[in-house]
Amino acid sequence: MSKRQKGDPETTGHNWDGIEEFNNPMPRWWLWTFYATIFWAVIYTIAYPAWPLVNRATAGVLGWSTRAEVAKEIAAVNEANAAINTRLASVDLGDISNDADLNTYAVQAGGAVFRTWCAQCHGSGAAGAVGYPNLLDDNWLWGGDMEAIHTTISHGIRNEEDPDARWSEMPAFGEMLEEEEIEQVVNYVMSLSQTPQDASQVEAGETVFMDNCAACHMEDGTGDRAQGAPNLTDAIWLYGGDYDTLMETVTYSRFGVMPAWSGRLTEAQIRAVSAYVHQLGGGE
Amino acid sequence: MAIDKKPPMPATATGIGERPKRRSLLDKHRIIETNATLLLIFSFLVVTVGGLVQIVPLFYLENTIEKVEGMRPYTPLELTGREIYVREGCYTCHSQMIRPMRDEVERYGHYSLAAESMYDHPFQWGSKRTGPDLARVGGRYSDEWHLDHLRDPQSVVPESIMPKYAFLEERLITPTHIEDLLTAQQMVGVPYSDEMMENAAADFLAQADPDSDYDGLLERYAKAQVRNFDGRPGVSEMDALIAYLQMLGTLVDFSTFTPVASR
Repeated sequence: MSKRQKGDPETTGHNWDGIEEFNNPMPRWWLWTFYATIFWAVIYTIAYPAWPLVNRATAGVLGWSTRAEVAKEIAAVNEANAAINTRLASVDLGDISNDADLNTYAVQAGGAVFRTWCAQCHGSGAAGAVGYPNLLDDNWLWGGDMEAIHTTISHGIRNEEDPDARWSEMPAFGEMLEEEEIEQVVNYVMSLSQTPQDASQVEAGETVFMDNCAACHMEDGTGDRAQGAPNLTDAIWLYGGDYDTLMETVTYSRFGVMPAWSGRLTEAQIRAVSAYVHQLGGGE
Repeated sequence: MAIDKKPPMPATATGIGERPKRRSLLDKHRIIETNATLLLIFSFLVVTVGGLVQIVPLFYLENTIEKVEGMRPYTPLELTGREIYVREGCYTCHSQMIRPMRDEVERYGHYSLAAESMYDHPFQWGSKRTGPDLARVGGRYSDEWHLDHLRDPQSVVPESIMPKYAFLEERLITPTHIEDLLTAQQMVGVPYSDEMMENAAADFLAQADPDSDYDGLLERYAKAQVRNFDGRPGVSEMDALIAYLQMLGTLVDFSTFTPVASR
């Protein structure tokens, strides 16, 4: 029958085929933890936003809210940077690099702005991509001094949103020239950068170039920054310098766009990212 | 197998015999455990309370959505783009939910509001970011960038692991079933008006064609963007997807919006 020994707890009273079951109590630590969680839950729902009611949820006596927290955190950071941001936004652009403290701040802050807003097109390392200029070299479409970089970033290029955006538009010569003439001028352009080309077309191409292209790209093909017209005599190409790509460029033209940032970033942020781009290697 | 001895009834069931010493009120559970009808009644009570707590708030869920100006149903083309977004599983890598944290607000813009996804069926909040959040991607890049990026993401972001979606450009679409799509959305509560329903197919075509007469479209859907998004003739899936992406997060004017701090 029962093999109960001295000191065994009570049984539940169930007995099946001689098997009995101890009625052990819950471990004390478990039971007290359980009670503590219930107690905590009650305190928590009183202190913090919790119960959904008909019009809104209970707000909690502590008045805590995620929105207030994030607003406070952003305000604290803005306040901490307010003095240096004001200084950055008001000094002459050329003086930023002369002030060691300001320059360090601008380059670091500008790097963060660049990685957030610019990296998607110009690359996280600023090396650019096909159609999106490399910012590491000293080859600039619209100018590479602080003033020019600042203007480009503030107003953008060929966008509709900013009336001061840098603007120029290469015509689609497919509508103006014969295909033969385009082939000639492409070969001439390739000759400018010593790219292997069909030498028999170059001479005719030069005539086409002088009549149609020299006004913007200059007679020697070195381009014009006032119009964002690229230098055609070097080995640097935005869309590609091979025959097929050049045929496409001349026939259909290109229309690279950059947004205006003056409405989205603060003046201090724009100056910071200008300083960052300027010190990448090609700043003038 | 013979049972040589009838097991004794549990003490509480019989009311006689050796009862364990009473330690506390909690020992009363014996009464419920040995009385099936009572157990059933109490079980129903517990399930009822639990059910009420979980289900009742759903009936006044509307009050969690604060009123903001500017939200409107998706245009037919945007809605089609959204269908493509869902079909291609974009949500498995991209969230559409900017959380109220400083790092997210500074990177992606104002934190998302409930109202901004009130016409999303199903919502696209997502729970994992392999790619960036897209809740406010609208207007952040040019159409050309989206085109380059969707054709070959690595051409603009070399470190990206996103697959290529160049085929979207080749797939021309017609608004054959657009009214059905709008009807389905209407059935789950999106307030498409009769006028919107009637003009669904025309609006679909007008949004991708800047030479069309799109005044009606703009009247029905404020801030709708009319462009040939992929730069090619015809309406392709690429047009629809870019139209959708360029709209995301652009409807609410945050210069005039003051968030209720305690939400």
